[in-house]
Amino acid sequence: MIATHDAEAIRRVEPLMGTTVSLDIRPPLVSPDVIDDVFDQLRDVEARFSTYRPDSEISRLARDEVREEDCSLDVRHVRAACDHLAQVTGGAFDARRRRADGGGTLDPSGFVKGWAIEEAAWRIDSAGGRNYWINAGGDIVARGHAEGGRPWRVGIRHPDRADRVAAVLAVSDRAVATSGTYERGAHIADPRTGLAPTGLSSVTVVGPRLAFTDAYATALFVMGLDGMEWLSRQADYAAYVITDDERTVWTEGMERYLVRGA
Amino acid sequence: MLPKRGLAALAITTVALVLLLSFKTPDATLQGRTGTVAVVEPGTPSTAAPRATATPTAGTGDATAASTIDGPVVSTRWGPVQVEIVVAAGRLEDVVALQLPTGRHSGEISSWSEPILREAALQAQSADIDIVSGATYTSDAYARSLQAALDQAGLG
Repeated sequence: MIATHDAEAIRRVEPLMGTTVSLDIRPPLVSPDVIDDVFDQLRDVEARFSTYRPDSEISRLARDEVREEDCSLDVRHVRAACDHLAQVTGGAFDARRRRADGGGTLDPSGFVKGWAIEEAAWRIDSAGGRNYWINAGGDIVARGHAEGGRPWRVGIRHPDRADRVAAVLAVSDRAVATSGTYERGAHIADPRTGLAPTGLSSVTVVGPRLAFTDAYATALFVMGLDGMEWLSRQADYAAYVITDDERTVWTEGMERYLVRGA
Repeated sequence: MLPKRGLAALAITTVALVLLLSFKTPDATLQGRTGTVAVVEPGTPSTAAPRATATPTAGTGDATAASTIDGPVVSTRWGPVQVEIVVAAGRLEDVVALQLPTGRHSGEISSWSEPILREAALQAQSADIDIVSGATYTSDAYARSLQAALDQAGLG
């Protein structure tokens, strides 16, 4: 854990949920105990939802050792949200996994990280935090403003060039999520075909809630460029994508966030 | 490859939306901007790096001497990760990646977590960017090497 705490800011970095979660709070600051709680909560979510841990609630559910109605409220909520997302994305985002025995199981990893970070943000809000960001491996909640009342500036990493950003977004009270092939390889498969999607190398979605923003970025990555029209119909969500042949395409809603001449 | 049919569909939707909503006039600085979806050709949008540019305290009348501490080498699937920290007057001044896996193998690149953590560990020193959005994979190894260096410096 890396933590600094002074009059101007609280910062913390911790490896969690298969990535690194970092946090930066500007005044009004919150108690360090709140930050401890936030990270404890994230560790708890990781323990309960990990598909890699055989003793996690989600793994026990997958083995039918526990019935869904007996699961925690969080697990049932995540299940319902994942079902909803599968429906609204036409199956481009789908946490359901078919088992060899014909039964169904759930791998909600693509939803849980964003949801957990959203919950963390809610805790900071409740404790009086107004200006901060949380970054979980590139999936971001940015609340309020940076110093001087300016919006937070989010760089979208260029998919092919390590030392460049493809665009800069100015956001306040928004979530930003990026999906891409560039680091996780064929990490994302089209749930409908099992194949790796082609056409886009980077998809960034800006929206009001990270859980959905993240899931929409995954879905849009699967849909490819054809999905831009679908995304542009989702109220309050905007997308910026980079194609395999290095074109950049964005929805009208993204215009308000794009920083010109950046 | 860019699906041409997809673009055509977007263009049609775009025209319809423009008629319905009477969008503001196209921004002349953007090539190929259309109503719902804007398209920019390769090469246009890239900008400078978000990399922090702080240099360790060196000379110029600054009395506080900076020391550097190397974190351990942490192995990942893609290669070794090692960071070095610069400490002056008991404060973390800079974080430098000594080793990061580079190159693209089977569509995987893992050299990009550095600026994200660097900016998180330091104050965001770039005037332009506070946060970076984009997937990371080597960040865990980076964090471990960094943490060990911080522990060694008594800053953890």
